[in-house]
Amino acid sequence: MRRLRELGPQLLVPALVLLAWGVWSARAENFFFPPLTDILASFRANWLFARVPTDVVPSLERMLAGYALAVAGGVGLGVLIGSFRLVRWAAGPAVEFLRAIPPPVLIPFAILTFGIGPQFKIFVIAAGCVWPVLLNTIDGVRGIDPTLRETARVYRIGALARLLSVVLPAASPRIFAGLRTALSLSLILMVISEMEASTNGIGFFVLQSQRSFAIPDMWSGILLLGLLGFLLNAGFVELERRLLRWHRGAQASALEGA
Amino acid sequence: MAGATGVLAPLVVLELLARSDVLPQTEFPPPSVWLQVLLAQLPAGGFWADVLLTLEGWAIGLALAALIAVPAGLLIGSSRLAYQMLRAPIEFLRPIPSVALIPLAVLVFGTRLQNKVFLVTFACLWPLLFQAIYGVQDVDPVAIDTARGFGFGRLARLRLIVLPSSAAYIATGLRIASSVALILAVTSELVVGVPGLGRTINVAASSGDFALMYALIAVAGLLGLTLNAVFARVEAWALRWHPAQRLEAGA
Repeated sequence: MRRLRELGPQLLVPALVLLAWGVWSARAENFFFPPLTDILASFRANWLFARVPTDVVPSLERMLAGYALAVAGGVGLGVLIGSFRLVRWAAGPAVEFLRAIPPPVLIPFAILTFGIGPQFKIFVIAAGCVWPVLLNTIDGVRGIDPTLRETARVYRIGALARLLSVVLPAASPRIFAGLRTALSLSLILMVISEMEASTNGIGFFVLQSQRSFAIPDMWSGILLLGLLGFLLNAGFVELERRLLRWHRGAQASALEGA
Repeated sequence: MAGATGVLAPLVVLELLARSDVLPQTEFPPPSVWLQVLLAQLPAGGFWADVLLTLEGWAIGLALAALIAVPAGLLIGSSRLAYQMLRAPIEFLRPIPSVALIPLAVLVFGTRLQNKVFLVTFACLWPLLFQAIYGVQDVDPVAIDTARGFGFGRLARLRLIVLPSSAAYIATGLRIASSVALILAVTSELVVGVPGLGRTINVAASSGDFALMYALIAVAGLLGLTLNAVFARVEAWALRWHPAQRLEAGA
């Protein structure tokens, strides 16, 4: 009952906004802002499911490949840098500089190195997404309770077991905060890289529709990207809640990550 | 001192790889070559005009976003009903990748400065809005009640309690938004062709001037580094009274 009462005001505003948009756009006759019904019709024609195998699947494949590389590299390097003072000392300044480079400026370099195939997009996505994962992993590993670390050492728990059952679990709330930031960044970089040089993909489709003045198609692509962003984020939050159920601070860190 | 080794070592490795032709020199000029290009551009003209153009879009967009998001966040955060009603739409709008709006921005604004400002503002709204909301919700209720008990009005409570205690959250929001703003400014230059550092990098790459391209990528990195450092400094100075800063200084 309580949930229902809370749901009312939550759904009220989105419903009003959609209604207002629908009514306004139906009358506006503005070329840039076509009627909502046209956009929805174009959404159905394009994305349910005619273009899914040709554009959506390649886009998501590249995004997930880049994301997976970033996660593997970020967590691996992060544990290394976080655990050893010497590595931190040596790598710190280079990390500070590289992470300050806005990832899109790497696109010309990536095209030069990998050509305009999928590899360059995967590289750009991975190169941009690695930083939130890396920095959070470093902080998570460094922030481990010293008692925990020393207890593990006193009991002579081997390095591998210590890594798997002490260091990674203790750092996981921070790592997850980084993974979440990186996920939304990967969608953004996927779109940018497809707009810069591509022959398929959602970003390519949206820009191409705009260039050929197929405005409802363009809006349907924007709508799809919005839905994707929303679903990815919601899915990740759910996954995090399940995996970090044991961690009392999970709620607090979820707020922080937002 | 520690820094020098960490930055120099990879540069030396790159230099050796390029000099020994392991990497093709035309596409991967040795660092010594593009560092010379960078130095040659340093005095006047050169990349400074582009840096200023990029900073212009960055600054206007960030300021607009702050002007919209901070008051809105303070309002939404201080009313339970407003928060409940607006939470769902905000949660839905926020994950929309701002770059999805690039085609719309091209249609409406072309390749003018407004294009960059629109994209930067849209992207920066969300971190600022959320930080402001959390900042207000985190205000100590005892402090508010005490002030109310002493007869302070709404405005006085806002000025004396709500703003100072949510300032730490807003400052963090500004720091996050600053790097988001730089990414979007450069993206709009790179993808759309709005004048600035991103477009010049693209032009250098497509005209085969790879030494210039690497030099300008380094400039973009230095620009990001400088902005990060400035914001961290400003945050530390403006909030030197705040427990979070005092704790850090003490540790």
